[in-house]
Amino acid sequence: MGELGAALSKEALLQWRSRSRVVAIVVFGSSALLLFSFAIGPDTSALSRHAPGFLWLALLLSSTLSLSESFRAETDERALEGLLLLPARSHALFYGKAIANGLQLALLGIALLAPMVVLYDAPLPRPWALIGVILLGSAGLAAPGTLYAAMTSQLRADQTLLPLLLFPLVVPVLLASVKASSLLMHGDAMGQVGSWQMLLVAFDVIYWSLCGVLFERVVED
Amino acid sequence: MTSAKTLAIETRGVSRRFGRRWALAEVDLQVESGTTFVLSGRNGSGKSTLLRVLSTAIRPDLGQARVGGFDVRSHRDAARRATSLLGHYSNLYDPLTALENLQLPARFLGKSQGRSELLPALEQVGLAERADDPVATFSAGMRKRLSLARALLKGAPILLLDEPFGALDPPGFRLVADVLESARRDGVTVVMATHQLQRGSELGDRALVLQSGRVVWTGPAPELATAGAAAGLAESR
Repeated sequence: MGELGAALSKEALLQWRSRSRVVAIVVFGSSALLLFSFAIGPDTSALSRHAPGFLWLALLLSSTLSLSESFRAETDERALEGLLLLPARSHALFYGKAIANGLQLALLGIALLAPMVVLYDAPLPRPWALIGVILLGSAGLAAPGTLYAAMTSQLRADQTLLPLLLFPLVVPVLLASVKASSLLMHGDAMGQVGSWQMLLVAFDVIYWSLCGVLFERVVED
Repeated sequence: MTSAKTLAIETRGVSRRFGRRWALAEVDLQVESGTTFVLSGRNGSGKSTLLRVLSTAIRPDLGQARVGGFDVRSHRDAARRATSLLGHYSNLYDPLTALENLQLPARFLGKSQGRSELLPALEQVGLAERADDPVATFSAGMRKRLSLARALLKGAPILLLDEPFGALDPPGFRLVADVLESARRDGVTVVMATHQLQRGSELGDRALVLQSGRVVWTGPAPELATAGAAAGLAESR
């Protein structure tokens, strides 16, 4: 727990020092939502219907930026290697980074709710439940995203490779997040939202366990 | 005859390959505790690779290496605790300040992270007045000195230094030489890679010359300049 605390405080400090990057990612996500709304046109019911899907697409696209950037400070001067040689446990470093990335994505998702309501006229009858889905979905993106970002950060074409590797893996999380969000926004007559939330929890557990184990193989020689 | 008890580092047939090229080939090395050992050789001769193997940053493909009595493969964490590496890369976080770059490893090591406890470490390398400046604003020489402070913070009995005087101005050189002398007095074993034969001769007890990953000479450090010249490492005047 001591090392996890140290890893988390390192992430908090790095995030705070690069907060201008966070603002840029929020602007990028909002711009993506704006462009998607142009693609649908002025049809208000279609906009509202597609809002959950576009919210998660904007979040997914923004995630590739924030995830790959999260390893820049680690690789520029091999700072991560310096911590591993202390020795710091790779699990602690992974979970510290993944928790920070997950929280950043969740905050981005929550921040995107406002432009979504304005641009798509999306209803928010159960905002807290929707925030819960955003937290679960962000966690499902963050764990494999952090693992693949660590893998690709050592390569030249990291910005290109990360989405190629990440997107196929997170399809189930994306699907469950969109369905759960859609049911929470537009009504859940059949009571299905709980099943989708459970599916998200299951994928989160699998991804967080597996990626934590695999991280050591990625960062060690 | 060297007793096994006093050996801080021992390698037998250590080899490491990158792609098809052998960066290290069957390197045998013995370093006694509390001494300063100099690794010399041209660029690309395998000095940095050998230091990275000893620090456990990379694994040897063949052979055995023990540091502080621990095998680098089977007792990796213990070997890591026994060594501290100052490599080509600074291991520093650019967005963090000099002080924060010391507080971070101190926290992982379970050591005190207070400002008053860590400022002397910065003073030792002449960076106390820049404690609150981000490392991104530091010159290469300042990064090198901060990196050395970070390496010393660990308190490991074996220091692995890759070109520790690179990018340093004359005052910086004297400062780092003093720090190393102080570490040596404290009984720390120092393994230092340098292509500067004269400095290696002056600072080391024993030395080794590598060429294309192979050991071509090993002997007392004062003879390094002569041996290095014979191996084609003569320094330009």
